[in-house]
Formats: sequence, C-alpha cells, structure tokens
Amino acid sequence: MSDLGVSDEVDRERKRPALSSADVAPADLPPPAVAAFIGRSRLRFADAVPWVVIAAAYFMFPKDLNLGTQILVNVLFVLSLDLAVGYAGIVTLGHGAFFGIGAYCAGIIAVRWTGEPLIGVVAAMLLAGAAGLVSGAIILRTRGLTLLMLTFGLLLMLEEAANRAAWLTGGTDGLSGVTIAPLLSVWSWDFLGHTGYVYSAVCALIGFVIVRTIVFSPFGRSLRGIEENVTRMAAIGAPVRLRLIAVYTISAAIAGLAGAVNAQVTQFVGVHVFSFELSGTALIMLILAGPGRLYGAFIGPPIYMIAAQSFSDRDPTYWTLWLGLLLITVVMFGRGGILGIASRIRDRVRVMARTARS
Amino acid sequence: MTVAIGIILNGLASAMILYIIAVGLSVTMGIMRFINLAHGVFAMIGGYLAAYLFQRADLPFALALILASLMVAAISIPLERLLYAPLYRASELEQTLFSIGLIFVAVAGARFFFGPSPLNFTVPESLHGQLYLGARMPTYRVVVIAGGMVIFGCLWLVMETTNFGRKLRAVVENRRMAEAVGIRSERLLVGTFALGSGLAAFGGAFGAEILPIRPTYAFDQLNYVLIVVTVGGMGTLTGPFLAALLLGITDTACKYFLPEFGAFFIFAAMVAILLWRPMGLLGRV
Repeated sequence: MSDLGVSDEVDRERKRPALSSADVAPADLPPPAVAAFIGRSRLRFADAVPWVVIAAAYFMFPKDLNLGTQILVNVLFVLSLDLAVGYAGIVTLGHGAFFGIGAYCAGIIAVRWTGEPLIGVVAAMLLAGAAGLVSGAIILRTRGLTLLMLTFGLLLMLEEAANRAAWLTGGTDGLSGVTIAPLLSVWSWDFLGHTGYVYSAVCALIGFVIVRTIVFSPFGRSLRGIEENVTRMAAIGAPVRLRLIAVYTISAAIAGLAGAVNAQVTQFVGVHVFSFELSGTALIMLILAGPGRLYGAFIGPPIYMIAAQSFSDRDPTYWTLWLGLLLITVVMFGRGGILGIASRIRDRVRVMARTARS
Repeated sequence: MTVAIGIILNGLASAMILYIIAVGLSVTMGIMRFINLAHGVFAMIGGYLAAYLFQRADLPFALALILASLMVAAISIPLERLLYAPLYRASELEQTLFSIGLIFVAVAGARFFFGPSPLNFTVPESLHGQLYLGARMPTYRVVVIAGGMVIFGCLWLVMETTNFGRKLRAVVENRRMAEAVGIRSERLLVGTFALGSGLAAFGGAFGAEILPIRPTYAFDQLNYVLIVVTVGGMGTLTGPFLAALLLGITDTACKYFLPEFGAFFIFAAMVAILLWRPMGLLGRV
C-alpha cells in the first residue's frame, strides 16, 4: 500500500503552499493525493458488475436458484469476514460463531415466537452484534496465535453448547419446525427458491453497502492503518482497541445476518453452523479471492462452491487433494489471491503500454 | 478412590501422547512463530508407517516405532526447506491457510493409500494384559505413561546439558543475539523441526491405540494439539508438559463425571487461561 505510507505525507508536505494559494483561488483543484483519496469512494462501473451478474443469474439459471442462494449467503458471510480479517487484520478461526448465533437466533424465533422473517433478521443481527461486542472487548487485547486460539476456542465452546442444549437447539438433530411467514406478507417461500434468491440478494446488497461505506470512510482507512502497522497507529494517537472492537461488532452483525438468512431460506439450523469447517471454508474462499479488496467476497464463494459441487460429486478424495494443492499454491506463489494476481497483471499491462507509448 | 486413580492414570496416558506429539511444535513455534496447524499430519504418517512396519513387515514393535519416526523425520527436512521456510515471514493468515492446505493434501493422500476407515492398530501380544495399580489399567497404557515420562526426561536432559540444547535455548530467547554470537539458527531450526516431526510420528504411532489413526487425524486432533502448545507457552519443554497433564486429566475427568457437557469445560478453561496469560502458562509475556 504505497498510497498510505510515508509518500502520502511527503506529498501533503510539499503541497501545503499550493493549498494556501487555493484558498485565494477557489477554482483550483485539490492536490492529486487528496483527489485520489476522494475519488476512491466514487461509485464505479465495477461496483455494478456483481449485481448485474446476480440479477442475470436469476433469469439464466432458474433451476439452480437454491445453489445460487447458498452462494449469496456465503458472499454475505465472506464479506463480513473480509471486513474483520482483510481490512482490520483480526485473524479469526471462529467467525462461524456469529453466523451460527444469527442462524440459531432466527431459527428459534421462528419456532417459538413468530415466523415473520424481518423480525428474525433484525434480532439475529442485534444478537450477533452484541456477541461480537462482548467477545471482542474481551479477546481483542491479544494478537497472533493467542487471538487465533481464543476465537477458535469460543467457536468450540459454542459448538459443544449447541450440541448439548438440545431443549433449545435440537442438539445433533438440528432445529426442525422452522416455518417462515411470507416475506412482507406477500411472497411465500417457494420450493424452487425464487423468493429465497431475491431475499438473500437484497440482504447481500445491504451488507455490501454497509461494508463499502465503512471501508471508504476515515474509520475504514484507520483500520487499514491498524492492519498494516499497529504500533504506528497507536503512536499517532488512534484508539486502536476501540476501533478493532467496533469493526468486530459490525462484522459480527453482518455474519449474523448471513446466518439468519441461511436459517430462514433453508428452514433448518444444524450444529454444523458452529463447525470449524464452516469458518475455515469461509477463510479459504476469502484467501482464494484476495482479502482486503472488497470484491473478493463476490469471487471466492461462487468459484469455490461450484468447484466443490462438481468435484466432490465425482470423488471427495480428489476434491480435498486439489483444494489442498490450490491453497498451498495460492499462499506460496499467488499472494493476494485471484484479485491480487489480476491487479498485478493490470499494473504490468499499464507499464508496458506506457513504455510502448514513449 | 479407584475411580480417581483410574481417571488420573488414563488421563496421564492421553497426556503423554499429546505431549509427545505437540512438544516439537511448541519448540519450532517458539523459534519461528510459524502457525503450523499441520503438525498432526506427521503423527498420522507415523501411525500408518508404524502399523505397516509392525503388522505387514513383521518388525518388532519398538523397532517399527523408531523406524517410522526416523522416516518421518527424514521426510520432514525437505518439506521444511521447500514449503515452510519460504513462508516464515508470511502473515499469520497465510500460514494458517497454508497449513490447512497441507492437511487437505495429507487427508487425500491417506484416503487414497489407506482407505477412509480408521486404522486397525493392534499392540503386541505381550502388552495385552492388565495391571493393577490401585485400579485396573491396560498394560499398554502403563507403558505409554512410562514412555512419555522417559521422553520428557530425555528431552529435558538434551535441552539442559547438551550444546544443542544450549544453542536452542539461546535462539528461542533471542534469535538475533544468538546469531550475533555465531549460532546458525537456520540449521538449528531444521534439526529441531526434524526432531519435532519425528517425535510427533512416534507419538502418533505410540498412541494409535488411544487416538485412532484415520485420514482426518490432523483435523481431529487439531484443537488438542494447539491447546497444549498455546496453553503451555511456546518455546519451552515444561510448558507443554504441564498443559498436556492438565488437559489429559481434566478431559478424562470431565468425560467421566460430566459427560453431558462434552468438552465444553476444556475449551472454556483454555479461553480462561489464555485471557489470564496470553503467552501461555510458562510463556514469557
């Protein structure tokens, strides 16, 4: 991130006289560094692409809407993970904890109280957010391996608890009898998954808008700073722990939203929501696509899930082999995942174009 | 009383296995801070190799264990140089996912060569019986406890009295200073890695009767191995030993007295200990 470091400050230092003259002449443009920073958050063509694809998929693959819904739920979940892992550098093996809390919250509300989906979703977000706030306040003092093990430990505790508290969660059999009322009392949940697909797409859009707004805000920039150099951020006076707790809470709430949508669309919650597999898979999807790049969440889940489906139908042995080799290769040679490789290619093409011109 | 003794002895047996598997990981992590979730893979390979050598090739049991450990130690050296070494400076996330990838490859390999079902591991006839030590204990578990104690003692002696141990302690303490006085930390690291992998293989084979060997072994034992390392404190020998004892005995007691809670209290205790001492019981803050 060369645009974040010292060079930026040097630029600003150099531009200071120009700025003061800009006060005199208001027609003057802001200095390039500032302009680039403002321009970052502008909506671009690329922002529309995933949503066009999601809408097109609805019409093009009407038979695969259930798979599409699963992909969208994972998009939302990976998006929340990206916010915590990719932007704030909070290494977690247990993000599924919040997915699971959201799923159980929505499921239990539907079983015991009301089938109204929106109530379930809002309650799940609040509960998962609260869980993120409390656990974040406790564990975000630590870093590295300790943090990894604490998130993992909390996940394992929840898995055991959900397994044993059968009176509430249905135990190993899962929570059955989840019936969801028609969405906005109009659209019922059809077998082919039309409502579910649109519903999860809208929830993913909401999640994306939240995450996008955060990462381009000054708060988001300071998270980037914490991810890159926590000591320096603390030294310049940023309240590092508070910011980490804040982003962890938001990320947990979005993960809870993903879990709630999953519970409502599939009308079932099983203990596997707290499994290491679910959290690990989300991490794999993120690292394959490229963490900290916002759009990774739209690339990882579809590629991973379609590949998993077609490979494991044939033979699960080969699937684990290829997945393992792919992970090793991406970490060793393809830093930044698919998006990282794409941006390196783009940079190289630009350099070549420039040298060709001159 | 009999119950208490039984719990302690059974807990000790699983603690020894966990210790033998995890101690190498603790020391290498103490040097490199590499988050290696794939350490259990070496234990799994050790288990399969030893079973093959003992049951198919008809070697004596002890020889099969030692040969299997030496083979795994030999395999681990090129693995460390080619795969691990380039990632020592990578981020925690990358190391985590890399080692998960390694586990996946190992799972597929084991399933391909040995089939998906757990390994049928039989200990030699002479160790089949039971002993009475205040409670009835299978002879083999008593051997496991004794073996674990002996290994701990040997490691402690190596660490405290040999030149290798002194250098290793210096590197764990302060790597740059150790290098400045002429210790080749890279070389030491490779040696430690091979030793740790060999020990893990030994532990996997030795404990195959207690922790069944199957393709997903590394995932099955992942949390326990990591608990031993983090709760004990990286880079020490006694830390993991203490943590393994705590874990083994508490786990056995919980399963006996509170089976309805499963492993909940184990994980809760781990979280509590890590919050109290983030670098582990004997780790330096």
